[in-house]
Amino acid sequence: MFQIILTLLIYMALVIPLGVYLYHIAAGKHTFADPLLDRVDGCLYKICGVRPQREMDWKEYVVALIGTNAVMIFLGYLILRIQSISLFNPNGIGGMEASLSFNTIISFMTNTNLQHYSGESGLSYLSQMVVITFMMFVSAASGYAACIAFIRGLAGKSKASVGNFYSDLIRIITRVLLPLSVIGGLLLVWQGVPQNLSGNIVVDTLEGAKQVIASGPVAALEIIKHLGTNGGGFLGANSSTPIENPTMLSNLIELYSMMLLPGACVITFGRMVGERKAERVNGQKNHKSVFGREGRSIFAAMSILFVIGLGVCFWAESQGNPALAEVGLSQSMGSMEGKEVRFGVAQSALFTTTTTSFTTGTVNNMHDTLTPLGGMIPMLHMMLNVVFGGKGVGLMNMIMYAILAVFICGLMIGRTPEYLGKKIEGREMKLTALAIIIHPLLILAFSALAVAVPDGQAGITNPGFHGLSQVLYEFASSAANNGSGFEGLADNSLFWNVTTGLVMFFGRYLPIILQLAIAGSLMKKGFVNESSGTLHTDTVSFAVILVFVVYIFAALTFFPVLALGPVAEHLTLWA
Amino acid sequence: MSKKNQKLMTPDILRQAVIGSFVKLNPLYMIKNPVMFVVEVGCAITLLLSLFPGLFGDLSQGTNLRVYNSIVCVVLFITVLFANFAESVAEGRGKAQAASLKKTQKDTQARLIAADGSERTVLSSELKKGDVVMVYAGEIIPGDGEVIEGIASVDESAITGESAPVVRESGGDFCSVTGGTTVVSDWLKIQITSEPGNSFLDRMIALVEGASRKKTPNEIALNTLLVSLTIIFLIVIVTLYPIGLYTGVQLQTSTLIALTVCLIPTTIGGLLSAIGIAGMDRVTRFNVIAMSGKAVEACGDVDTMILDKTGTITFGNRLASDFLPVGGTNRSDLIRCAALTSLRDDTPEGKSTLDLARRLGDTSEEVPGAVYIEFTAQTRMSGVDLPDGRKIRKGAAEAIAQYVKRLGGSIPKDLQTQVDTVSSLGGTPLTVCENNRILGVIYLKDTVKPGMVERFARLRAMGIKTIMCTGDNPLTAATIAKEAGVDGFIAECKPEDKIDVIKKEQAAGKIVAMTGDGTNDAPALAQANVGLAMNSGTTAAKEAANMVDLDSDPTKILEVVEIGKQLLITRGSLTTFSIANDIAKYFAIIPAMFQTAIPQLQVLNLMGLATPNSAILSALIFNAIIIPCLIPLAMKGVKYRPMSSGKLLARNMLIFGVGGVITPFIGIKLIDMLINPMLALVL
Repeated sequence: MFQIILTLLIYMALVIPLGVYLYHIAAGKHTFADPLLDRVDGCLYKICGVRPQREMDWKEYVVALIGTNAVMIFLGYLILRIQSISLFNPNGIGGMEASLSFNTIISFMTNTNLQHYSGESGLSYLSQMVVITFMMFVSAASGYAACIAFIRGLAGKSKASVGNFYSDLIRIITRVLLPLSVIGGLLLVWQGVPQNLSGNIVVDTLEGAKQVIASGPVAALEIIKHLGTNGGGFLGANSSTPIENPTMLSNLIELYSMMLLPGACVITFGRMVGERKAERVNGQKNHKSVFGREGRSIFAAMSILFVIGLGVCFWAESQGNPALAEVGLSQSMGSMEGKEVRFGVAQSALFTTTTTSFTTGTVNNMHDTLTPLGGMIPMLHMMLNVVFGGKGVGLMNMIMYAILAVFICGLMIGRTPEYLGKKIEGREMKLTALAIIIHPLLILAFSALAVAVPDGQAGITNPGFHGLSQVLYEFASSAANNGSGFEGLADNSLFWNVTTGLVMFFGRYLPIILQLAIAGSLMKKGFVNESSGTLHTDTVSFAVILVFVVYIFAALTFFPVLALGPVAEHLTLWA
Repeated sequence: MSKKNQKLMTPDILRQAVIGSFVKLNPLYMIKNPVMFVVEVGCAITLLLSLFPGLFGDLSQGTNLRVYNSIVCVVLFITVLFANFAESVAEGRGKAQAASLKKTQKDTQARLIAADGSERTVLSSELKKGDVVMVYAGEIIPGDGEVIEGIASVDESAITGESAPVVRESGGDFCSVTGGTTVVSDWLKIQITSEPGNSFLDRMIALVEGASRKKTPNEIALNTLLVSLTIIFLIVIVTLYPIGLYTGVQLQTSTLIALTVCLIPTTIGGLLSAIGIAGMDRVTRFNVIAMSGKAVEACGDVDTMILDKTGTITFGNRLASDFLPVGGTNRSDLIRCAALTSLRDDTPEGKSTLDLARRLGDTSEEVPGAVYIEFTAQTRMSGVDLPDGRKIRKGAAEAIAQYVKRLGGSIPKDLQTQVDTVSSLGGTPLTVCENNRILGVIYLKDTVKPGMVERFARLRAMGIKTIMCTGDNPLTAATIAKEAGVDGFIAECKPEDKIDVIKKEQAAGKIVAMTGDGTNDAPALAQANVGLAMNSGTTAAKEAANMVDLDSDPTKILEVVEIGKQLLITRGSLTTFSIANDIAKYFAIIPAMFQTAIPQLQVLNLMGLATPNSAILSALIFNAIIIPCLIPLAMKGVKYRPMSSGKLLARNMLIFGVGGVITPFIGIKLIDMLINPMLALVL
């Protein structure tokens, strides 16, 4: 308990300065690294033929984002198919099968990192570096760029322009992801994570058996995997193996690197919106509030959701497993099945809740063996998809719920609804509703399909309530672009590769398009006056209402299936 | 009209509404309300299932499926009826008003004056714009128009409900007359200003009938939210069937339909249009005609209110507020003399002077044989000649000064100072003299209407800024503004200044409301987001405004804003209530649905409902009867008290959010206790 609180306190201390730094990048303000990085960026702009001053409206921005991603998907797919060539392939890995390649490339381009393969046996080092690690950078940067454009729209400094996608993409990589990766990567290497191009080492164990110890460029992938809320492990067992995550300290480094940027994103939002407001009101800049007042209530709402989920998960895991207790296994440490002894229940619960809240998808324990309620929390947080969420997109999703909340709250104080100084009208409601519908539609429709057809059922290894949980988890993870697996699902088949591939694709791009459309529609509107009679969205009570709105909408949508999956399993187990 | 039917429902409206709720069952009509349309479709499917229980392969699982399906079907049918009933009742009240208006619209005879001056009788419906008609005492004015000649008193009670006749004359701001009103005395020559069928009365009838009702922007947005909630729940239900099958539960079609109907926001879906119609109706009842629902909605958003000083904030009459002696005169002498001159003075100035004197302890009585001199525009003074020879006069400063000089008196040195002080404070000085001696000055002041200070405080609590417009000089304006408690004022205000202020406020993103009656006000009324014109005002002003006050009481804008807010609050509160209800319904239906296959889920049966069938039907029945239970609230609107947005939100969230979570738990349990014994007999 104490270590969880301490971990979160340190997080708060770290996220604020990073948030301020991100704000400077997003708003194009001066930072200490400008003299060096301006030249690097300038050089890149020249090579790519990017004119960073060219302003884009939201449609151009979306086209640029999707177009860039499409080219990368095509190239990545090609490399995966021909990875058997001997370039950076000391372990002699063969080419990847078509449906798996499709799934993998969509998975990494959409920041999901759902893995239907095992890294050690499925990918050459070339693929690990050129496809996986590369995509981890650009997919994260794409999501973050979309988010910055979205915030610019909400802040409404300009009536049409949301920025330049190419310049945003490059600046985020050179100024945020690369420097942080270098620092974090070196820290991981210090903790013992390998970073080399050697082949796997085969050793004789004391028992006389042969053991293959994986090797390769792990640290470089490991750090961006977390920083970019990607989550796809170098190895099949992800961050539960000592190769990827050897010590308590490396565990913390990984934990923080996945938590920092999504949290910082909210601060960026608060700052950018707050700055606009201050300029409007006082004609000057106002830097009094660290978070920016609007960011603060969003951050608070996300934190409340996170802490509640973490509490339930930790409590459920601490209870242990009554079935195992019955056969005489001590449950005094909690439910340790599928967990690493060096992390224990506390760090496992924290990591599990974090990886699904921040939609990273990396795991340091096996989610399949979490207790039913402990496993429901990661599933629920992916279904909510707003508890900080993935890089940038989590914030955008949360704003959708904020729009919903102001719509209802605004009416309740007798005004037509407004958010961030703009009226919310029919068009915004329509887009918001669509953005909110997509997520449950993808999860529920595909889950229903999977349990109804033999091809889908074939993958379920643990029929019954738990089997349903496996299916729900897989699609929730895909739709939320999380990528963690409940595992235990035999998912490398044509059915699962294609369905999850589609879910990831639509779960990623449709909301981004709709959300940028909302920003585009809001930025055209004039600001409305704010007075004591208007709804204030920068208060604690709004944060609480937002939490309720999220819970009620999600509960109403997912309660029946959760009742049939984890809740039924829990009640059966503890009956 | 407002005084005639204040009751929520009359037997006549009720009868009409019952008929209306069946007529509205037409699917072509229902599809306009997608939420209730889903219920109707569900009803149709369960009807089929009542006839052919095995149509979709449902298994009986120990219940009489045919009876069960029939009960679900009946409850769904009643749900749709209740929603239609709510809408019909709301419309019915408008229709009743329209009917009483139509009575005044009987075709009347009109005396048309041709260009050559000859008179000829035509039907009022044949009158065209620009025609000139003559109306004598006792006749009905045949159409909307402007008086071009004559002066007469007109009984406008048919439109306004106000029985006291009003004066209409050519020129100025009292030249507009409305068709259907009656000339009581004298005669009027009127130029018709409306085309046949498009008179003010015609439009009013169309409005209160709801014929020209369009969905307001906020209704459209809210409808989008409700439709998307419906879609989400349809997704949930459709996918639940295969998922249930996988875990070994075969769900019955009618149960799934029951769950759908319980979850989709039928409460607000059924009441939404009733709330809108009732909101318009509340405005009408207030004797204000809103030209569109959008205008009423905009009222809730008003940030700035622009009010004329005279008539709205102040009485406009100048009333005595102080006695200022000059030249060493005793103040009580001044008061006594002032009172003596005013004993027979019926002007507001005279009456208020006497009132003030009485309050200050004066007891002067009429002296027998005194001769009272009335005020004339020539003398500019009034007064009294007492039998003892004293001549007391009060009047304009210069007039009295001349009078005193003529009698050989002198002007006290401090008179000018007092006169100037009063003028600078925005008051009117009235000088009093006794023979050739000037006694002092009566300070006449424009007085703020009682209750205005509290009203402005209320507006401030609502976050609305008030700006006062006046033709007075800045000093006078500041005095009144301070006294009334308005937030700002524009002195020496010209009509174009009003437009400038409105534009400036609107540029800052504010929604502006204003009242006006003169032709000068028309552009400003059109520019404002909410323009309330006085019925007594000119046609131009009424055309430009989006609301017309039939009682011509400019302070009503304050209440209209509250009605607008109330409309939005009612909408939001019932939406919240409707969504919050779903939690309890889930806890009733989910355990019931899965109980046979997964007995452990019984833990979720928090209410301890007797049987699965009874649980599902109880939730469904609760869902149906909550609609008529909330009709009175939808009609009257949620009570609105001005307070800060935070407090208001907390209060309404507590009542409708938390209340919405708790109420159905109790309601469903009660219904379950009631119906379970009955169900045991039939299922």
